[in-house]
Amino acid sequence: MGDIRNGRSWSDMPDTSFPDYRSTSLRAPTQAPVRLDGGWDDAVALTPLWPRLADTDADLTVNGRVNGDPIGERIVVEGHLRDEASRPVSGALIEIWQANASGRYIHREEIHPAPLDPNFLGAGRCLSNADGSYRFITIKPGSYPWGNHRNAWRPAHIHFSIFGAGLAQRLVTQMYFPGDPTLPYDPIFNSTPDAAVRNRLISRFSMEETVPEWAHCYKFDITLAGAYATPFEEGHDHG
Amino acid sequence: MADLPGFGSMDLDDRGGPHVFVYEDRRSVPATAGLTPSQTVGPFFAYGLTPGTYGYPHAEIHRSELAGGVQPDDPHAGGGYVPGAGTHLAVEGQVFDGADVPIHDALVEIIQADADGHHARARRNDGFTGYGRYGTGSEGPNGDTRFRFRTVKPGATGPGRAPSITFIITMRGLLNHCITRMYFPGDDHTADPVFNQVPPERRSTLVATEIGPGRVRFDIHMQGEKETVFFDL
Repeated sequence: MGDIRNGRSWSDMPDTSFPDYRSTSLRAPTQAPVRLDGGWDDAVALTPLWPRLADTDADLTVNGRVNGDPIGERIVVEGHLRDEASRPVSGALIEIWQANASGRYIHREEIHPAPLDPNFLGAGRCLSNADGSYRFITIKPGSYPWGNHRNAWRPAHIHFSIFGAGLAQRLVTQMYFPGDPTLPYDPIFNSTPDAAVRNRLISRFSMEETVPEWAHCYKFDITLAGAYATPFEEGHDHG
Repeated sequence: MADLPGFGSMDLDDRGGPHVFVYEDRRSVPATAGLTPSQTVGPFFAYGLTPGTYGYPHAEIHRSELAGGVQPDDPHAGGGYVPGAGTHLAVEGQVFDGADVPIHDALVEIIQADADGHHARARRNDGFTGYGRYGTGSEGPNGDTRFRFRTVKPGATGPGRAPSITFIITMRGLLNHCITRMYFPGDDHTADPVFNQVPPERRSTLVATEIGPGRVRFDIHMQGEKETVFFDL
């Protein structure tokens, strides 16, 4: 492969420095990233070697169980991972973490006075399938307050860390829920200037994929950069 | 530490043998879908992404030891990898904010080639994966905030290229992750195609400092006079 990458699509990304999100003030770089005219190496487009994962890693209603089921609304979160040419990205590592149904993370620095759930860890992971699909079973997270400004509440969200074919397909993001009344007030969600672009972060309720007598389904399709990086096995027709 | 049921095994995927991949030229592939925007990793990723380095009781699938050679007296030993070929290397450093305060909740990932300059493309007997993760502040509020990787010094990945380790940094307060590259002191960087594209006055931010035999320090400054060069990748 050659040196192809030539920068991120910044119009699709949040502003790096965003004063409404206070933590950016001392942490966001002040200088623009150096744009390269090629020169990196294969790491740009190489999927790291991920370990084999257990199926239960993707079921957050099971992987933290101690003596019973976690409390809250069980949901399915599923979607497809694709590149910007709409081709499936397979073998990508997808890791999620979230608050429990009452809006509390198990992280030890979390101080929000809401109950922990002894049967809910709040973290899971899977590798995307050959068609780019992924599927988690979890509990719908609660909203929680944070100290960014007066009466600041994070909309309910699930954190996603995705690592596909190399550096170009690294993405850390958050999935939100449709109809959440706190979305207009959240500086993190609103850090992406274009409304149509940031609305890509809102999952879609799917009645078709909702499992009867069992769980609502939310669909969250993810588009990664680096179409050039999506590997195809030699001999396959990839038109 | 209790192992939670079902939370992962450490088996590396053997991937069923070597695959040959073809990478297409981006310019021949029209974009048909808008990208999913980035969002901050937030303050609470530790139990999900780096549970081991923060002491959370979950099976960890990423380690900070990329190859063997962990020193017997190293308190962070226990990677379980057999020693790989090459010169053993310890990389440590801190991530500083704009007030020069070390950051205790940064996610640091590294990617590197092996001692021969090859990226890992399939499971290897020496356990080398070329990828590592560390959460700073892993020793708690009273500990220090250094990240520490145990690895081997990478070889050059091509003619003219100087050996380097790629760093991906993300944390609360970063809405987009940052990518940088660590070079080694004493190497010849004059022909390196990435190093050469950095403004000369900022190049020193990319070169580690030797702090002992087989040990280098690479501090990352998010802001200020020593602001680290990040790349648009």
